[in-house]
Order: sequence, then structure tokens, then C-alpha cells
Amino acid sequence: MAVITIREALNQALREELQRDKNVFLMGEEVAAYQGAYKVTKGLLEEFGPKRVIDTPITELGFAGLGVGAAMVGLRPIVEFMTWNFSILATDQIINSAAKMLYMSGGQFKIPMVFRGPGGSAFQVSSQHSQALESWYAYFPGLKVVMPSTPADAKGLLKSAIRDDDPVIFIEQERMYGQKGEVPDDEDFLIPLGVADVKRAGTDATIVARSLMVPLALKAAEELEKQGVSCEVIDPRTIRPLDIGTIIKSVKKTNRVVVAEESHPFCGVAGEISAEINERAFDYLDAPVRRVSGADVPMPYAKNLENLAIPGVEQIIAAVREVAYL
Amino acid sequence: MATEVMMPKLSPTMDEGQISRWLKKEGDRVSMGEPLAEIDTDKATMEMQALTDGVLRKILIKEGESAPLGQLIAIIGEPDEDISSLESKAQAPSPAKTEAIAAPEATPAPEATKEETASAPPATATAASAPAANQPEGNGRQGEVTESSTSGRLIVSPLAARMAAEAGIDLRSLSGTGPGGRIIKRDVEAAMSEKGSTATAAPESKLRAVQPLQAAAVSGASAFRDEPLSVIRKTIANRLITSLGPVPHFFLTTEIEMDRAVEMRLSIKALDPDLKISINDIIIKVAAAALLQHPQVNASFQAKAVRFYEHADIGVAVAIEDGLITPVVRSADQKSLSAIAGEVRDLAERARARKLLPDEYTGASFSISNLGMFGIDEFTAIINPPEGAILAVGAVTAKPVVREDQVVVRQIMRVTMSCDHRIIDGATGAKFLQTFKKILENPLYLVV
Repeated sequence: MAVITIREALNQALREELQRDKNVFLMGEEVAAYQGAYKVTKGLLEEFGPKRVIDTPITELGFAGLGVGAAMVGLRPIVEFMTWNFSILATDQIINSAAKMLYMSGGQFKIPMVFRGPGGSAFQVSSQHSQALESWYAYFPGLKVVMPSTPADAKGLLKSAIRDDDPVIFIEQERMYGQKGEVPDDEDFLIPLGVADVKRAGTDATIVARSLMVPLALKAAEELEKQGVSCEVIDPRTIRPLDIGTIIKSVKKTNRVVVAEESHPFCGVAGEISAEINERAFDYLDAPVRRVSGADVPMPYAKNLENLAIPGVEQIIAAVREVAYL
Repeated sequence: MATEVMMPKLSPTMDEGQISRWLKKEGDRVSMGEPLAEIDTDKATMEMQALTDGVLRKILIKEGESAPLGQLIAIIGEPDEDISSLESKAQAPSPAKTEAIAAPEATPAPEATKEETASAPPATATAASAPAANQPEGNGRQGEVTESSTSGRLIVSPLAARMAAEAGIDLRSLSGTGPGGRIIKRDVEAAMSEKGSTATAAPESKLRAVQPLQAAAVSGASAFRDEPLSVIRKTIANRLITSLGPVPHFFLTTEIEMDRAVEMRLSIKALDPDLKISINDIIIKVAAAALLQHPQVNASFQAKAVRFYEHADIGVAVAIEDGLITPVVRSADQKSLSAIAGEVRDLAERARARKLLPDEYTGASFSISNLGMFGIDEFTAIINPPEGAILAVGAVTAKPVVREDQVVVRQIMRVTMSCDHRIIDGATGAKFLQTFKKILENPLYLVV
């Protein structure tokens, strides 16, 4: 197995799927000639030409709509948003067209497309460019939402997302593109959507973490192990459909849960997971489910404040100690 | 919003508490879970934790003063918040409030119910634990609760409630160690093991059958389970070590008639001259058998728990050239006398040759030190931490004793057990020694 970055893993997934299916094409701002604002689409214009790797103007609503139309007539578009912050302009096409087309056409038009790009906090890009929007998109029936945390997951999940017949929101973490990890070389390496991954097994508390929070949760678990607390770390990987079964199984074993996320707490995914646990495993809880979320403020620009707004290892450790009554 | 800090129920039987020491001054910022004051209850001095974040605005009960359960003793709020209404409430306690608190004490009825539910079957126990008061009371983080069990309503984690119902434990008999007195998993687990041990300890004089001699494969140190330290254990531990160093010893001495043990040893020798069993081997075997019947003694004090061992791993003090070492006979409760004898000999020889591996001389659950061969009648030994106790064994000597009003000669041996008072109390140690003596005076118990 090769050790590569998340950036390279995504690039491999795109290349392999473009090679595999001629109906797949890629479109977005700076994806072709500039090879991607984050170089995820490096080399793809050269290999597949300007008909399949297309630079768009700065018109998110326009090219998202173009993608939906292309999907309706049988193509499999991959639409890159330079960051998910800019998808806010395209929400009418994503939510009103892509998510609802299959339902409103009585099953006549499926929308096999992927919207992808970096999301979440970056490094000092301030309030408008540091948003974790997964709870927005996961809210709507008709959309699938995927958030990988390792290179292998990134590759296997993106390939599955491209082959999926429903619109998939694929959120890459902007800080994590350079993260390295082992990735199987197999061209048919797929990770099914809707399957959580137990990143670490444990017995005393469950930490549910996604995206940027996964490496932090693993670090917290390592530290807690030294303090005598064995933590299970679960990465749902797909936010919708959510693999609640794996989480509940873990809760029944550990009786204590912390859900870590970098997004705002109010109406967030952690709140949803907490409600699911409450409904399905109430009698197994020894402590209230504890959320560790980003600060409930627009992301500050100042570096010290930005650091305070994003949950860190210490907060996760403190929350686990709290639910374990230590 | 300002939060009222009430006198909490810190022991199951307290009805008032005395402020021993405030750990925060007025104006200090406090965060949830931080110790606020030390309170003397009828049982011990307990830490009271803040149940909310904020600033300690007002202390209403001074150090040395007492307050009944549920009385307002302090106010936590924002630095600039108006707390005058709460303050005036404190000065003129509302009659309704006082009455509400006094009620369970004054009326005998609720007490009777308590008695009933204590022995009630699971279903009743759960019913009894249903909310009694109708005031809204959560146990959230932002000061939704300022009093806990003081209002009579139990706060229980869902898991603890289910476990208690399944085990038939009355939640009202438990005191919660979670925030706000919440009864949590570990409290129910502690009650379950207590229930288990009192149930088996009840018929005092009957001895449990000694473990079968065919040893299951013994590998490594004994398995154990950790039970979180109870509040009283913690207090006993803290107080005693300030008096007598980190391991507070106390000593129990008893005189044991060894005639039958000596006779047994001779009979075994007569059966098979190759079987070289010493009195000390018999003592090891008997101690192991007695330890299994007294799990509190086969235990060690850990930072946050009492560790109970499943088997008796007995350390045997061996004098070596410039010191001593205690090789360990693992799971002595499962081994035959001859196996123990062989093992002790081998370990002692290798100890003198300094050939023991670290795991052969560490991790015992109990130790025995015998100076009988030096003609010592009795002595006290120092506990080898973290073990809970050590038995100092003196020489077996013929002595005149009174039996049935007659002076007769008996083989007498004196033993002194040093106990770690943090986990073993006088009575606990004495009961163990009673069993030990009983078996050693009648070694047939080893085979019945």
C-alpha cells in the first residue's frame, strides 16, 4: 500500500473514475488550467482534455444548475466548489433541484452527481470562509453527505460517491489535504456510503468524531488511555445516511458518549446524533451525551481566537472525563 | 440567572451539615465541579462541589455554622447581577420551604415506606424510585439544578436505574457519587458487590468449602476487579495516613493451637517420607483458604479504588544475604500442599541464588513472614505495599494452657497480622484471623 496525502488520494479517485466511465466529467472554478485551487485536479486537464475537465466562470448557481441538467440527461457530473463556503450561492440548485428531482419527477430523473470541495475551518480565512455546512445539507432528504478523515477513506468514498446514482455532498477538510496515510492500490477500492468506521476500539467511552475531529479524538483517546480510560473512536464517514447502528452498538458497550465536531453546536450533526442515541439507547446511558462543538460565533480572524473557536484535544479529554465522572 | 447553593445531602443519614471551611471567597469565580466548601456531615468531612459556573456572590453560612439540608448557604451568579431578592429570602426563610424540608423528618410515614422498599422485589423498587416531587429538576450543566436528593427526588442515570431494577436494588438505599448526587453505574455496581458479599458473609460460623486441589492452569498474577473507593474509605484513608505515614498499619495478634497441624505434618511424613511439608507450607495453604473467604483482606489500596483479587497470591518472606525478598506462590488457594511445598523450596533456593525473575517476587496479594526458626515468639511485620496485609508468624512452642479448667500442654504459635487500615478495619481483620485460626487448628477443613 502506498502512503499518500488526502489530496493525492482524491486526485487518484477522480482520475480512475474519469478513466472508467466516459460519462463522468469535472467542472468548477480553476479546476482545469490552474489544476485546482488546492491542486486536487492536478494533471486531469492534460489527460482528459477540455471537454471533460471544464473551467467555469465565478457563477456557483449557474454551473451547479448546469450540472443538474447534465445529470438529468445521463451524464455523471462532478462539480467542484472552490470551497463549500461558495456553495451557499448555489443552494437553490443543490437543494431545490438536485435533492428533489428524483422525487418530484416521480422517479423519471435521477441525479448521479457529486458536489465536492474543501469545507470547515482553514487557516485564518475568517468568518465567511471557515464554515462547516454539513448540517445544512444533511438536513435535506435526497442528498447524501460524506466527510472523509483519512486518505484511504477519501479515495474509497469519493469513488463510491461518483458511482452513486444520487446527488452526493462530498466535504473535504481544508486543513487536512496534506494528511498522509496508507491507501490500497486496487483500482476497485471502494468504501460503501453509509458505513461508519471504528477507528479505535475501547470500553469506557465512545467518541463520535468526523473529519477534522477524527485525528484529535484519536489523540485524546491515546492520552485518556494513560489516565485509565479506554475510548472507542467512531468516524461515521457518511453523515447521511448515518450508520447509527454502529454508534448504538458502541454506546451499549461503553454507556458514555462524546460527539466532537468543528461546526457550530446549535442544530448541528452532533445534536442529531445525540437525539438518535437518546431515542435508541436511553437505558444504556450512564451520563448525558456530551457535545464538543466549535464556538457559537462567526469564526474569528485573529489566530489566538481562531484556535479557541475550534475544539482541541483538551476539550475532548475534558468532555470524556466529565461523562466518565472523573 | 443567580443559582442558589443549598446544603447538600452528603451522607445518607445526615440531616444537617456544618461548614468546615469555605474553599472560595465571595467574589471568586467558580466553575462547575470545582470544590466550593468542605462540609462536616455526621460521618465525615466532605467536599461540596459547585453545580454551576459563575461568581460566588454571597456566603450565607459562615465557617463553623450549621444548616439543615436544603437551606440556602450561598449564592452563585454573574458578577453584576442583582441578588437582593435571594438574599432577603435567605434572611427570612419561607415557611413553605422549611416545612417541605422538615416533612420527611417529622412524619413517620415516609420512613416506613423506606423500610418496606428496602426489601421490596425489583418491580416495587423501581416504582418507589419514580419521581416524588413535581418540581422541574434536571441535572444539566448550566445550573438547572441547585439541590439534588435533598428534595426527595432521586437523580439516577438511565443505565443505573435499569441495572438497579434488574438487580433488585432499592435506589433509595444508595447515595450517588455523580454530579448533584446523581446515582450512576459505579454506585449500583458497588451496591451489587456489597450485596453479594454480605449475602455470603451472613452465616458467620459456616466455612465455605475450600477450593478444589486440582489446580487450574495457573499463569501469572491473580485476576482482580477494582471497586471505586467509597467516600468513607477515602476519608478513612486520608485521615489515617496523616497520622501514620502512607500505609497506616494496625496489628492484630492471636494465639493458635498447633497440635493438629503438627500432627498432620507428621502423618503426611509417615505416609510418604519424600513429601517434605513444613508448618509454614501449611500456614500458606490455610492463609490462602481463609483469604478467599475474606475478600476484603485479599485486596489492595489503589489511588481511586480498592482492588479485590480473585486468587490468593501469597508472598513468602525469605531472608537472603543482605536483605530479604518475598517470592510469590501464585494462586495458593488452588494448589495442593505438596505443590506449595515444592514451589516454596524452589523459590527460596533461587531467591538465595538471586535467580528470581521480577514477576516471581512482585504482585502478591498477601504476605507471610515467619521468624519461628529463630525462636521468635511474636513480632510485627511491615506491609509490603500495595498488599493489604502481612502475617508475622512466631515459633511453635509447647506451653501450658488452660483447657476445660485443666492446665494442659499445647503446641502454641502466635501470629500478628499487620493490616492496611485504609482498606481493612479492625473487625474485618479480626474475622479473617478467626477463620485462619479455625482452619489451622482444624486442618481437616482444608479437605472438607
